[in-house]
Amino acid sequence: MGATEHISKAFEADLEGTRTRVLQMGGLVEQQILAAMRAYASGDGALVEQVIDTDKRVNGYEVSIDSACNHIVVRRQPAASDLRLIMGISKIVTDLERIGDEAEKIARMARALHEHGPKHAQRFPAVRHAADTAVAMLRRALDAFARLDAGAAAEVLKEDPAIDAEFTAVLRQLITYMMEDPRTISAALDIVWVAKAVERIGDHAKNVAEQVIYIVRGTDVRHTSFADVERELARE
Amino acid sequence: MTALSVASVVENRPAAVPQAVPKAEAKGLSFYYGDFRALKNLDLVVHEHRVTALIGPSGCGKSTFLRCFNRMHDLYPGNRYEGEIRLYPDNTNLLSSEVDPIEVRMRLSMVFQKPNPFPKSIFENVAYGLRVRGERSRRTLADKVEQALRSAALWNEVKDRLHEPAFNLSGGQQQRLCIARALATDPEMLLFDEPTSALDPIATASIEELISELKSRVTILIVTHNMQQAARVSDYTAYMYLGELIEFGPTDELFIKPKRKETEDYITGRFG
Repeated sequence: MGATEHISKAFEADLEGTRTRVLQMGGLVEQQILAAMRAYASGDGALVEQVIDTDKRVNGYEVSIDSACNHIVVRRQPAASDLRLIMGISKIVTDLERIGDEAEKIARMARALHEHGPKHAQRFPAVRHAADTAVAMLRRALDAFARLDAGAAAEVLKEDPAIDAEFTAVLRQLITYMMEDPRTISAALDIVWVAKAVERIGDHAKNVAEQVIYIVRGTDVRHTSFADVERELARE
Repeated sequence: MTALSVASVVENRPAAVPQAVPKAEAKGLSFYYGDFRALKNLDLVVHEHRVTALIGPSGCGKSTFLRCFNRMHDLYPGNRYEGEIRLYPDNTNLLSSEVDPIEVRMRLSMVFQKPNPFPKSIFENVAYGLRVRGERSRRTLADKVEQALRSAALWNEVKDRLHEPAFNLSGGQQQRLCIARALATDPEMLLFDEPTSALDPIATASIEELISELKSRVTILIVTHNMQQAARVSDYTAYMYLGELIEFGPTDELFIKPKRKETEDYITGRFG
């Protein structure tokens, strides 16, 4: 971060290496969601297994990145932007790992759903649409992290209410569906879990974006209104 | 540090230390070693009962600045001050030629990088400043020496051997003795010039602990090469470079979110 490099090449390499691994982990998690949603649409059992399997790698990334952060703290006593980067990364990997868990949840639900009969899922393209939005949020949050761009991160925060609204809409649809035909309740509940997982992914992507703003600007924007965030970013 | 709104709801530490009062203030201070201008027009407020750390690379003028406060530079010919350093509440200009440097040094005591006890007994080291001031009463001397040694967290270690040579003490103990010596004259400010750079980590920790305790009694200005030390002990930090004050602010802010890129580069080790 910043134009000048650290005097210590090893420190520079440690920081860069850790940042790269966060991005690799993010990429893996993104693939995991996409695969889980394909499993939701198709009921492909191999995909489900793949998502569950990938989660082990995601967990491995979390542990190893956290340990790299500890290493940097104890060896380098980072300050200022370096400190914020390390603190931010240590929170970001927690959110990425949770996203991985949500993807795994979606995959497992997809399997259960298709065991109830494949026709149900296809009736709810709204869930898939919400998932596309969530993946896009995650991608942009990671992109903002890669470029250390607080403005791009703020744009991600703006998206979150859309996913929440989509979740409410899916829920309303499903309630109608269940009232019409009580035999669908079991499948509909599975879909509710999928929609909820998608909504949580959006929340975690938002958390990642908030950490990017903290890393870049040193301002903690969690639990604040979007208007406040914009005002803060406008200050120079 | 910065938080937008929610943190204030649960923030249970007292808000940014209540009401810091200025104890000393450098105004337009420049200093010359002969023709060389070592300090360039500094303005800095030192807050009462707070620890202010001066950091910066070698040759940035931080020690030069510290030494202005007790007129150490007067000891060498050709040195020259411009501007002033006000000591509050009496608003004395410490640099004024009408102010006696000996009296200044009683009010602002210095502790140096290497422990430098006098070749005298432990007791006489601490009593020295009091004797210079004209104190004769043995009773008063004994009381004040004990008080100073207690404040410097050394009393329990030396009370049974007060008349042994000070050089018998360990390095860390010698440094605490120098702090006791500095405290004996009831100074208003203590000036520390890299007080732990010659000490091991344990002795360093005890000096740092002492600094935290002493700030309820005196105002402290400390020069340190060790940024982690500045972060540990100080309430305010000033970053200096090439004789200029680059940034000054609460220590947490300066180390988490410095305002100037020069400060950022220095504290993150990007200084080249």
